[in-house]
Amino acid sequence: MADPQIKWRKIKNDLFKGLVVFLSLLATLPLLLILFYILRQGFSSINWSFLTNLPKPVGESGGGISNAIVGTLIIVGTAAVMAIPLGVLAGIYLNEQRNSKVARYCDLAIDVLQGIPSIVIGIIIYEWVVRTMGGFSAFSGSAALALMMLPFIAKTTQETLKLVPNHLKEASLALGVPYYKTVLKVIVPAGLSGILSGAILGIARVIGETAPLLFTAFGNPFMSTELSKPMSSLPLVIFNYATSPYEDWHQLAWGASLILILIVLTLNMITKFIESRWKIQF
Amino acid sequence: MEDSVLKLKDFNAFFGENKVLKNINLDIEERKVWTILGPSGCGKTTLIRCINRMHEMTPGAHTSGQIFLKEKDIFGINPVLLRRKIGMVFQRPNPFPTMSIAHNVLAGYSLNGIKLSKNERNEIVETSLKDAALWDEVKDKLSQKGTFLSGGQQQRLCIARTLAMKPEVLLLDEATSALDPVSTAKIEELIFQLKNQYTILMVTHNMQQAARVSDKTAFLFLGELIEYNDTKEIFTNPRHKKTQDYITGRFG
Amino acid sequence: MNETLKLTDANWSKAISRKEKGFTITLWLVAISVIILVMAAFLTLLVQSIPSIKANGFSFIYGRMWNPITGEFGALPFLAGTLLTSFLALLIATPFSIAVALFLGEYYKKGMMSQLLKNMIDLLAAIPSVIYGFWGLFVLIPIVRKLQIALDIPPYGVGIFSASVILSIMIMPYAISLSRQVIQMMPSDLKEAAYALGATRFEVIRKVIFPHVLSGLFAGILLALGRALGETMAVTMLVGNTNALPDSIFAPGNTMASVIANEFTEATGAVYSAALVEIGLLLFVVVAIINLVGKRIIKHLAYT
Ligand SMILES: Nc1ncnc2c1ncn2[C@@H]1O[C@H](COP(=O)(O)OP(=O)(O)O)[C@@H](O)[C@H]1O
Ligand SMILES: [Mg+2]
Repeated sequence: MADPQIKWRKIKNDLFKGLVVFLSLLATLPLLLILFYILRQGFSSINWSFLTNLPKPVGESGGGISNAIVGTLIIVGTAAVMAIPLGVLAGIYLNEQRNSKVARYCDLAIDVLQGIPSIVIGIIIYEWVVRTMGGFSAFSGSAALALMMLPFIAKTTQETLKLVPNHLKEASLALGVPYYKTVLKVIVPAGLSGILSGAILGIARVIGETAPLLFTAFGNPFMSTELSKPMSSLPLVIFNYATSPYEDWHQLAWGASLILILIVLTLNMITKFIESRWKIQF
Repeated sequence: MEDSVLKLKDFNAFFGENKVLKNINLDIEERKVWTILGPSGCGKTTLIRCINRMHEMTPGAHTSGQIFLKEKDIFGINPVLLRRKIGMVFQRPNPFPTMSIAHNVLAGYSLNGIKLSKNERNEIVETSLKDAALWDEVKDKLSQKGTFLSGGQQQRLCIARTLAMKPEVLLLDEATSALDPVSTAKIEELIFQLKNQYTILMVTHNMQQAARVSDKTAFLFLGELIEYNDTKEIFTNPRHKKTQDYITGRFG
Repeated sequence: MNETLKLTDANWSKAISRKEKGFTITLWLVAISVIILVMAAFLTLLVQSIPSIKANGFSFIYGRMWNPITGEFGALPFLAGTLLTSFLALLIATPFSIAVALFLGEYYKKGMMSQLLKNMIDLLAAIPSVIYGFWGLFVLIPIVRKLQIALDIPPYGVGIFSASVILSIMIMPYAISLSRQVIQMMPSDLKEAAYALGATRFEVIRKVIFPHVLSGLFAGILLALGRALGETMAVTMLVGNTNALPDSIFAPGNTMASVIANEFTEATGAVYSAALVEIGLLLFVVVAIINLVGKRIIKHLAYT
């Protein structure tokens, strides 16, 4: 009487496990397909002139995306310079004054900021910066990306510092080290690997963002390094070329996608490396 | 007494509404070892954290009454400065995990941005580690991380780090309670040596330890200072019933 | 050195106090400015949408016509497009997400396989939206078109369905990490007790784990929904950009985010651009509420 029931329970158990494994493997299929496509299409379009030339008009061969590569580095670099210090300081505040009212509201604000859709960030920066400066600019693009990085960096800093044990802080204070030096020279260094990898991950997260750049950095077919002028960037180029009707441009877009993916993967790998190598044992 | 180093006068400490030290009056002489003895939770840690003004770092914590360091009201001294004059060793060893052994010893200087020449540095490291009875064990691995040492060695490293600042008073908060008997014995021996140079105020709930190393013992119970006297007196001839109950093991 | 500092060194003490105060105030100012930044963002959207709010009133939400030339601004097609794509995406992503979360959080907590799977899911999260859109255009759309021909419906390729499929892939890593988090929060003694009674793993998952983490899974799905609602680039590239109420899941449409992406730079006239900002405002508010509620639930779960 009990035997067939136990058997049936075992079968159900195995079936469910099979389903979990099957669905899990299926979930990785899109990734494999996407990587396969980008690698196959991308590699054939990457060569020296692709990396060093400017875009050419339709029909002319040999166009490149040098301006977009340079633009991405400038826009994202400027964003990082704005967002990292602010984000780290905000994270320090959230950790140090965790019971204060301001910290509670700041935490809330960061949660809201983190959720704002990237396209809406674009609108906000358009109203704040583009209107004020009187036109599209690389700087406004950086501001938009900075606004997206800020909450992420603040959160990772806060979470990292939360793990730094309080007795280190006390040890430092008891040695007669002022509070601000204790924070900057004991607490922050103890969490440095986490903060650093958070910052790099923050960069990796925004470097592929397109939506907030549509009405800020806007794009530019020429080489520009001026923050006050419109500037090209890899995601913008991918979007514009991918949605164009020209085969040549699609090829350029595959190449640009491969470059962008490689950059993102490298940044992700660096963070993994930092996290595993520099982990401090408390 | 003219050689009084530390003096508490009508001193109270609070956590919010909760009064954890009640009207403490105490007079601590130079170059003596004092023990604050009492059951867990009676306010020993709070007492020494008040003396170097770490108590007030806790949100909601405050004090009333006075504490004098060499006749000066400590609440009129910048706490940062005060803490350089009054060193503290915690219950759990807490070397800086990012620093080597040598850097841990010098932490009070480097974190404060005090510039030292190479000779000064070497000298401070050597004398402090020697004073802390750790030199022989670590002299060959000064550049290793302090966190690789054993618990007892780590605690002596913390003592060395504190001695390096040349404080006038040394506070030890159950500095041996997390350690094995051998390390405990080493640190007790060390305390005995150090009293030639420093005034030491140590906290323990371990009566044998108090009896072994201290000149004077104060008995603290539920935030009140029940009595204090020469250690021998306290253990052989306590005046108060509560003290007697405690040292005869009737509670705690 | 130390001896040179006297206990009453007033200048030194003052300098230190000043620096300490400066540091504390700097931190405080940063925190305050983050708060102000977010409030200002909300107010900016609100103020800039006033012309549209005044001109369109509530018809903005239920109006089916979006015609900038005649000055008619009914955003219902976009609201519908956003809700449709997001829910469809959730529907597709949820079973996969829970499966992977169980795989990583219950069946294979350690080992090569789970490390590999975890890294792959992380990778999936790292791929930029625009690349998903690009890939969708050239790989997914042809497949969908074949499917549509087989089903004998107009083979647009682009449309709500294609956008939803891509969207489901994009939100999966997020949903997985949240579900895994709540599954791992589950106290193991509860599970041990059930195993000790001879329950199979499936029974433990169904009768012990699921009931216990249900609210957490719900919060995870809610947060994934928040992601989906605001996702822009891939959807814009695949949804078909048609300003009409979609009449089937294969029909082309438009979402709130995609209409902003398409029309914001060319919007002429105060009401037109204000109408687009108003869509942004709606997105902002809805996503903010979803995020706060979802995070509140998860935080609550972590403490109990
Ligand atoms: N951070 C704190 N907040 C509130 N109350 C505290 C805190 N630390 C200690 N106390 C209370 O103060 C009293 C004295 O504690 P403590 O000085 O640590 O005792 P001891 O060191 O003698 O064990 C205890 O009743 C304890 O509950
Ligand atoms: Mg204590």
